[in-house]
Amino acid sequence: MTDQKLIPEQDRKAPEAFLSVRDLRIHFDTDDGLVRSVDGVSFDLAPGKTLGIVGESGSGKSVTSLGIMGLHRSKRARISGEIWLEGEELVSADPDRVRQLRGRKMAMIFQDPLTAMHPYYTVGQQIIEAYRVHHPAASKKEAKVRAVEMLDRVGIPQPDRRVDDYPHQFSGGMRQRAMIAMALVNDPSLLIADEPTTALDVTVQAQILDLIRDLQQEFGSAVIIITHDLGVVAELADDILVMYGGKCIERGPATTLFDAPEHPYTWGLLGSMPRLDRDLQERLIPVRGTPPSLINVPSGCAFHPRCPYAELTGGRSSSELPVLVEAGPGHHAACHLPTADRHRIFADEIAPRL
Amino acid sequence: MFAYIIRRTFAALVLLLVVSAVTFGIFFLLPRLAGETTDQLAAQYIGKNPTPDAIIAVKRNLGFDQPLYIQYGRFLKTLVAGANYKFGPDPVTCHVPCFGYSFKNHLEVWPEIRSRIPVTFSLAIGAAVLWLLSGVATGVVSALRPKSFFDRTAMGVALAGVSLPIFFTGALLLSLFSYQFPILDNVHYVNFTDDPLMWARNLILPWISLAFLYSALYARLTRAGMLETMSEDYIRTARAKGMTERAVVVKHGLRSALTPILTIFGMDLGLLLGGAVITEQVFSFQGIGFFAVSAISDNDLPKILGVTLVAAFFIVLCNLLVDLLYAAVDPRVRLS
Amino acid sequence: MTDTQATAAVPSKAPSADREPLLRVTDLKRHFPITKGVLRRQHGAVRAVDGISFSVLPGETLGVVGESGCGKSTMGRLVTRLDEPTGGKVEFEGTDITHLSTGRMRPLRKDIQIIFQDPYSSLNPRHTVGTIVGAPFRLQKVATEGGVKKAVQELLELCGLSPEHYNRYPHEFSGGQRQRIGIARALALRPKMIVADEPVSALDVSIQAQVVNLLDDLQKELGLTYLIIAHDLSVVRHVSDRVAVMYLGKIVEIADRDSLYAAPTHPYTVALMSAVPVPDPRRKERRERILLTGDVPSPINPPSGCRFRTRCWKAQDICASQEPPLVELRPGHQSACHFPENTGA
Repeated sequence: MTDQKLIPEQDRKAPEAFLSVRDLRIHFDTDDGLVRSVDGVSFDLAPGKTLGIVGESGSGKSVTSLGIMGLHRSKRARISGEIWLEGEELVSADPDRVRQLRGRKMAMIFQDPLTAMHPYYTVGQQIIEAYRVHHPAASKKEAKVRAVEMLDRVGIPQPDRRVDDYPHQFSGGMRQRAMIAMALVNDPSLLIADEPTTALDVTVQAQILDLIRDLQQEFGSAVIIITHDLGVVAELADDILVMYGGKCIERGPATTLFDAPEHPYTWGLLGSMPRLDRDLQERLIPVRGTPPSLINVPSGCAFHPRCPYAELTGGRSSSELPVLVEAGPGHHAACHLPTADRHRIFADEIAPRL
Repeated sequence: MFAYIIRRTFAALVLLLVVSAVTFGIFFLLPRLAGETTDQLAAQYIGKNPTPDAIIAVKRNLGFDQPLYIQYGRFLKTLVAGANYKFGPDPVTCHVPCFGYSFKNHLEVWPEIRSRIPVTFSLAIGAAVLWLLSGVATGVVSALRPKSFFDRTAMGVALAGVSLPIFFTGALLLSLFSYQFPILDNVHYVNFTDDPLMWARNLILPWISLAFLYSALYARLTRAGMLETMSEDYIRTARAKGMTERAVVVKHGLRSALTPILTIFGMDLGLLLGGAVITEQVFSFQGIGFFAVSAISDNDLPKILGVTLVAAFFIVLCNLLVDLLYAAVDPRVRLS
Repeated sequence: MTDTQATAAVPSKAPSADREPLLRVTDLKRHFPITKGVLRRQHGAVRAVDGISFSVLPGETLGVVGESGCGKSTMGRLVTRLDEPTGGKVEFEGTDITHLSTGRMRPLRKDIQIIFQDPYSSLNPRHTVGTIVGAPFRLQKVATEGGVKKAVQELLELCGLSPEHYNRYPHEFSGGQRQRIGIARALALRPKMIVADEPVSALDVSIQAQVVNLLDDLQKELGLTYLIIAHDLSVVRHVSDRVAVMYLGKIVEIADRDSLYAAPTHPYTVALMSAVPVPDPRRKERRERILLTGDVPSPINPPSGCRFRTRCWKAQDICASQEPPLVELRPGHQSACHFPENTGA
């Protein structure tokens, strides 16, 4: 499927990785100013692996995923950087080429399955539609067989009957299963799940997370899971990317990221969430202040106004943009604090309170 | 679903009954409260120089001396069953639906209204088709290219369309195309069955002036609805499936955006079927609206009552149809 | 900060049984009728809340957890009398408020306040913060020393906002700040009790902790009593002294916080806790997660006997025929199950 003419002859070479995002920037022109939703994000993802993107609202995590899917259609969106999917660059590609990849090579599931499905069409019609967009030769009958098969695969009881139900006749968990069936109907190699369980109950969330994990093993697709919930990424992700103010501030393997987080913002996230698997703390340690405005991103390190350790950098935190530096094997963090200091602060002050 | 239809139909019937009671009250109770005597009312049926004997005869004949609720009951009864009156030597039969006789020309009200229905229907339905097509199309294109040149121009024109009254645009069209450049002169109603071409030719100007107002309104409504729909999550899902933009707009966008338009269309059409008052006046079309205006200026009570009820009937009927269509379109209505 | 009201030094974390409860709920029910057919005859009911009893002591926090549709929010609306119960009894400070009229309820509104989940839609966008927070004073015609403005500014400060925010509008604030405005409004009349329906679930993680801590501080400072309704077990664990677990309109387990989280006895509670994802990637390999199948059944026709039996891995015949009563398994720990877990036996 490599369309040679789409790859420019410059120094841009297709990277080895299955999915490679290079310095992705997505800005929006608004009446209030330029919103830098995503401002230089890079990562690689191997087939069959799961990347978790964690961040709060406005951190740019969802904008990144929609950017990969090529779903920022507004004229006000300014996108730069490179997105390589199996050797094909998507940012500079013809929009219609990206459309052909959407739903076939890369698929997406969304947060709220009720609003993400069209209320006027049956669940079956919507899955059939997703299939036939990329299999125009398939008859409606074949597509319906495929839809029932997918509904069965995602654990919907009596799929041959439920296929003719409307979304509002499904429960929340079933709807998300149906969304997953719809996303996987064309056997995509990349699945992006944007807050797939946020709208669901805990017991149903556990079911859906299990389902995603099982299906990934079965289909061998790469998965990007986007969430604000550190618990959810810990369940699924091999690697984790923490976003703040449109930038990646920490990236590393899931195990080391939770055991030895490098960035003070990640410390803050871990410290501010109550956890069932630890002893009860007298008090949570919140991150002070509020997330930054993406129009007036704080100078230097975007986190510095909220960072308890900003003074320790000798003013660099507010003047100089920190870059991602390798702090451990495969573990990068963008922080001005010297690595040794960070490790000491984490061991002395943070770890005992988590 | 069946229960839904029955319930809606029943509600529509109740509504009509209420409307009839209120209208009847307005025309027969209010004047009495304001001090009009039954003699004066009866005198209106007789015309000039009523004799006391004649007044008493009419009063008895029409039951004006009885309590109002009995009169209302009889009014309803004659409406659905007809009645026989003895005004002179021969009894007269008023056929179903009987709205009584005019004060002025002593003709049955219903045949008069019925004869005007084709005029108003031709006017309203033709204009409706025109404004639906142009308004919705303009709205959709505007919504898909918000703030573009087309959008700004169309919305500017739409603003003018909403603000300009029909007696202005109608009169303007008439003076331009009938008098200044007599392309469409001598505009009058011709029956469709008599001469379809003339029918259409003569209706073009009224259609345009009526549709101009409404399509402006519909363009704005469609644009707003479409903009909202296109930002829905399921539109994003449709795009994420890899559907072409055209398919996304047509299959997923339009259907949701147009459902609320349906409601308003039902009301507007119903309203117009009960008489496009101003348009008919401007173009001198003898439709229901024209009839209503002359009935009011003549103070011809039975006519006013009749035309009010007929208009109410069309409005209620159109709304009922809309409700049923809604259920057909939206499974959430149908299956809940 | 005005500390005149904070005189009652409440030993908040040690509620003693001999004190009179502030709120007592007995066999509370709320059934929403379902109508069908042409004549819209009632042919059933959504048993949103179906016979629950509990009490809240002054100064303590009762947390109520459960999944969507378990009736926890309806319960919150019932005890604050935003909705009228179908059956049962709600007593506040010994007064029966179950069927009080709006007018008779008004003086009590001062004492029971509610905080809502959505900080975006629960504040009128056309009113300034000053108007919003000051509204209770005007509505209840409470005279304040130094005027309403001063009182409002003190409240804003108490809730971690700046007094300068008085003239600003809700849209100028972030979600966390809006929730603080909502809390300030609830606190205006120095209520005795606050019912908070999902107070932090719409907020970002780093902000959630701020609001949780604020609720904590306010309780200590003002001696408040909380009824906190939430779906997040870890948040509820953090804020509550006692916790009630609801399932399909019933309380299935109610216990002291530590007892409940250390050794849950109802299988539903056990499953609920094991389903909570924890930020520890290693745990996913070694833990045994109890995965419940299916969704919560409809509250229109709840299962006979124990309502959880359709999803319970321990269900036996008796569970379908007999509804298990809420019995005390340990001191202060009640559970409604025929085959409870963690009983130590």
